Amino acid sequence: MPTDIIVTDNLSVGYGSIAVVDHLNLRLAPGTLVALMGSNGSGKSTILKTLVGLIRPVSGLVTVLGHAPGAYPAQVAYVPQHSATSETLPLRARDVVAMGRYARLGLLSRFNRHDRKVVDDAMLTMGVTSFADKPLQSLSGGQCQRVHLAQAIAHEADVWFLDEPTAGLDAEGRDTVTACVDAARERGACVVVSTHDIEDARMADVVLLVAKEVIAQGSPKEVLTDANLRRMYGFTGQH
Amino acid sequence: MTDYFLAPFLDNGFMQLAFWAGMVTAVICAIAGTFIVLRGLAFIGDALAHGVLPGIAAATLLGVSTIVGAAVGAAVLVGGVGLITRRTRLSSDTAIGLLFVGMLALGVIMTSRSESFAGDLTRILFGELLGADTRQLSWMTVATVVVGLATIVCRRPFMLLCISRDLARANGFNASLYEALMMSVIGVAILASFQSVGTLLVFGLLIAPPSTAALVTRRLHTMMFVASASGVAATYSGLLISYHHDLAAGASVVVSATAIFVVVFVASTLRQRRLSGSHPAVAHVGGHHHAH
Repeated sequence: MPTDIIVTDNLSVGYGSIAVVDHLNLRLAPGTLVALMGSNGSGKSTILKTLVGLIRPVSGLVTVLGHAPGAYPAQVAYVPQHSATSETLPLRARDVVAMGRYARLGLLSRFNRHDRKVVDDAMLTMGVTSFADKPLQSLSGGQCQRVHLAQAIAHEADVWFLDEPTAGLDAEGRDTVTACVDAARERGACVVVSTHDIEDARMADVVLLVAKEVIAQGSPKEVLTDANLRRMYGFTGQH
Repeated sequence: MTDYFLAPFLDNGFMQLAFWAGMVTAVICAIAGTFIVLRGLAFIGDALAHGVLPGIAAATLLGVSTIVGAAVGAAVLVGGVGLITRRTRLSSDTAIGLLFVGMLALGVIMTSRSESFAGDLTRILFGELLGADTRQLSWMTVATVVVGLATIVCRRPFMLLCISRDLARANGFNASLYEALMMSVIGVAILASFQSVGTLLVFGLLIAPPSTAALVTRRLHTMMFVASASGVAATYSGLLISYHHDLAAGASVVVSATAIFVVVFVASTLRQRRLSGSHPAVAHVGGHHHAH
């Protein structure tokens, strides 16, 4: 495994040739928790999608696990924002968690005893077991999020990208996300979380304040200052 | 009683062939239609079913197989939609609508200008279930096996695609490739079915049985099985009604499929009401909400 799991050098992310966020410079070691903090439309999801390999960088360099993003899908867990499944899709919670094994299994490999155990353990960790056989549509928002996080655990990935995992969750739901992230870090995974919430950002090792540009980057103590937060939210006047 | 339900099939070879052809059509449409329902592809499915008309008309004029003509028509429609969506700012719905109506109209013009189409247009649009022969049945069976195998092999990327394109890609599957394969599965189902139920009615079997199954199932493969069973039941009851009351066979099958949906819909709604009436909490739990 390379020393730094994620490396970016003067990276610009965006769509086509239009940059949304410029000048991203990161070096993230295993076990690091990174919070991308910004308001809606600030470019957090664009950064995550670029790191996952879903959109091409506009310019600059980026490597994940030493290669171009998307090169090792089995090592990368991605939980998109509003991990909504189709309302008509007939899936039980267990089936959604089992999808965490798909990147490793590929098209044809059989789902074996080990895969089943990983899925069962992931459901146990996230407290999903009691409603494992219920259809996903019948679950509450918090239960759904636990199911999607269990899917990420079942991935057994070295890098996690979680797009606003705490959005819309109550205190208990947020604790569940924290426990899940801690479990991933204990395994040596690098976790990148996007968030609106300053409390989520305080728990990270590295915080990036994003508002179409990187406003500040460093430890929570250095970054989460009143002046930086005002800049991030676009308050420039005197108070 | 037995005479009413079984004799038409036991006493008439053409009814037996029609039943087998209808059954195979029901199964292939159940498999392909499941993805149409789950991915919300109803409009492209509809367009594909009707847009093949000029291909069939051209094939008839040129004296080549109508299946080849229909395949070319389907490829032109899907390719055209892809091209317009990529090269313009128009949505795929607009591109589908444009080509669908354009190709359907072209098909009507081609058939209306030619003497050789006297009677053929009705057959193309509404099928000829009672005229199915063993050669047609063999080709339909092969197509059903191919579609079934493709679905089994591609079940993981297909399922991920039903959730989101990004999720399929993040898991290492080539989303464009599997989307094309899914469209091919739908295209083959239409090609295999249009001779028996027609280009207009095939869409009924692609949508109604999987929609019925979606009401009562919670796993993908059970949805396909229930959709197949519902389609087969519609084939049997449709043919029976058609035989006894001298009605159009293909249309009777599609009306039966829709009637089965209505019955299951009413039954499942009443059941849900009863459950939520006796356990008020269930209604609350069912209130699925994501943070948007």
